[in-house]
Amino acid sequence: MISFKSISLAVAISAATFSLAQSSALAQEGGHGPTPHMEKWSFAGMFGTYDKAQLQRGFRVYREVCSACHSLSRLRIGNLADEGGPGFSEGQVKALAAEYQIKDFNDKGEPIQRPGFPSDNFPKIFANEDAAAAVHGKAPPDLSVIAKARSYSRGFPFFLLDMLPGVAYQEHGPDYIHALLNGYTKPDDTKWNEYFPGNQIAMPKPLSDDQVDYTDGSPKTVEQYSRDVAAFLMWAAEPKLEERKRTGLNALIFLFIFAGLLYFTKKKIWADAH
Amino acid sequence: MSGPSTFVPKSALGRWFESRLPIMGLIHGSFVAYPTPRNLNYWWAFGAILSFMLVAQIITGIVLTMHYTPQVDLAFASVEHIMRDVNWGWFLRYAHSNGASMFFVAVYVHMFRGLYYGSYKAPREVLWILGVIIYLLMMATGFLGYTLPWGQMSFWGATVITNFFTAIPLVGDAVTTWLWGGYSVGNPTLNRFFALHYLLPFMIAGVVVLHVWALHVVGQNNPAGVEVKNVDRDTVPFTPYATIKDSFAVVCFMILYAWFIFYVPNYLGHADNYIEANPLSTPAHIVPEWYYLPFYAILRAIPSKLGGVTAMFGSIAILAFLPWLDTSRVRSASFRPMYRIFFWAFVLCCLGLGYLGAQPAEGGYIIAARLLTAFYFGFFIIILPLLGIFETPKPVPATIADAVLAKNGGAVMNPAE
Repeated sequence: MISFKSISLAVAISAATFSLAQSSALAQEGGHGPTPHMEKWSFAGMFGTYDKAQLQRGFRVYREVCSACHSLSRLRIGNLADEGGPGFSEGQVKALAAEYQIKDFNDKGEPIQRPGFPSDNFPKIFANEDAAAAVHGKAPPDLSVIAKARSYSRGFPFFLLDMLPGVAYQEHGPDYIHALLNGYTKPDDTKWNEYFPGNQIAMPKPLSDDQVDYTDGSPKTVEQYSRDVAAFLMWAAEPKLEERKRTGLNALIFLFIFAGLLYFTKKKIWADAH
Repeated sequence: MSGPSTFVPKSALGRWFESRLPIMGLIHGSFVAYPTPRNLNYWWAFGAILSFMLVAQIITGIVLTMHYTPQVDLAFASVEHIMRDVNWGWFLRYAHSNGASMFFVAVYVHMFRGLYYGSYKAPREVLWILGVIIYLLMMATGFLGYTLPWGQMSFWGATVITNFFTAIPLVGDAVTTWLWGGYSVGNPTLNRFFALHYLLPFMIAGVVVLHVWALHVVGQNNPAGVEVKNVDRDTVPFTPYATIKDSFAVVCFMILYAWFIFYVPNYLGHADNYIEANPLSTPAHIVPEWYYLPFYAILRAIPSKLGGVTAMFGSIAILAFLPWLDTSRVRSASFRPMYRIFFWAFVLCCLGLGYLGAQPAEGGYIIAARLLTAFYFGFFIIILPLLGIFETPKPVPATIADAVLAKNGGAVMNPAE
């Protein structure tokens, strides 16, 4: 354990102090691959909001496919009925929660399994990371904030444009997830991914056409599944996005008016000073 | 500039209190009657903007601590709790994390303004050095704060930065172990970083008081770089003139701040910091926050650990000697044609170092970083001392009033008239 720590420590120090040779090699390896395509997202831009139907479809993909390995443990099941989310009803969420088995203790302090409530977090799939790694080789990451934890470099000068009004590009994560799920382009190698740094991904191709049943007539394709689940994961990572953008608009309108009034007051006060 | 206050409270109670503790007179003398040069431009508003940012950071920070848990197994989860379950938690956290960046944006403008207009020259040396101390405290505070969410960049950034101290000869390892409270960055480190992150802003506030005090003793510099000679002709009272101008500037700056909070809140952060800290997995790139990047580039430009750390700290420490390195008798770059060119070259040098700090240290990047590092130090050690000897400054206006007159082509009126 200690030697492991000191090895990774040494790696970090050499990486930072001398050169980032290893990491840049890694980055270059990834860099040779294509950069994810910038998709159109309903939640992008100043007036962006989540597409409820899309989030519901995305949740379905998560539940039927991803959740076999990936947990979503920082969310409560009841969050699915929150404002600014997929818009499930209280009743739907209650019924859904009851389908999960939650570890708990009874009145005598004995460990039990009970049906879930909306106030329960999505249960963890494995007791800990080691248990997950023992099954999968590498622990599948929790997906609660994955849409904000994954990104890609846009390079100079585009990364500078990304902060500007009109661009305000913040969807690196969903674009990367969407690209990754469509990046299994070698049919004979299910662990080869065009967009994964180094191209060797531990997760074999998870989605295939017609795998998840959609009831709203949306196409049952990998392309559509990946788009929907990426949107769902963005909501999972940033559930207050709609509230944030709405508040921001009010704040900006107020500040612009306030600044305008102050500007004219300033002009009047200074009129006799120069 | 400011002598004993002539302030007399209107009410009898006020006069009773004032004769026992003249605090209203202090405030009146500092923020109402205080004479400010009439030719100040908007680059002088960044002092007010920085005061606003300090207050904003302290208020959002104190509320965040009410919901945050400084424990390695819970810290990351508590930040997510703030983002998801605390009322307005997302706002508080984004306001605080982007507030740190805005604080540095403002302080860099403030510092470059001082550099351009020679605000560090006599009699403002102590004022300038107090500013350098505030900047150092800000860097420490920002670094400590970045470790608290306990993401991958928090952990590995803390590991890399604290490892600087192992470069100290003989006692380096012992000092680093003492800083960590163990043999690597861990729970004791997080605990003490949290305690210090809460403490340092109040130390900043203390030094800010000294900074403003020193400012009010010597008076503000101004774009013409000449001292106030006639208070009536050269200055206007702080209130209402500077108050309204600063308020307007602060609100304009708040628009920028709000843009980042509400629309690009994660732009200045790193995606890896949304991955919980894992001591067994080193991220591909360990990149500090953007405001440290120029210094990070200098650190990595030197091919020796001790040399790199020395150069990095030296690049900040040298700022404190600026008043004596610049030998020119003229303050403002407006009247220093050669200095003006070197000033902008220095600005580009800092931006370039910032860019290189985010790139892998290899090949052409490292050569560029070395050249820019040489220029960075050369600017202070060679260019500034020599310019004072070889540069022929343009004629400087005799008074501030003359400078305003020359600019407006009209008569200077006394606002009281």
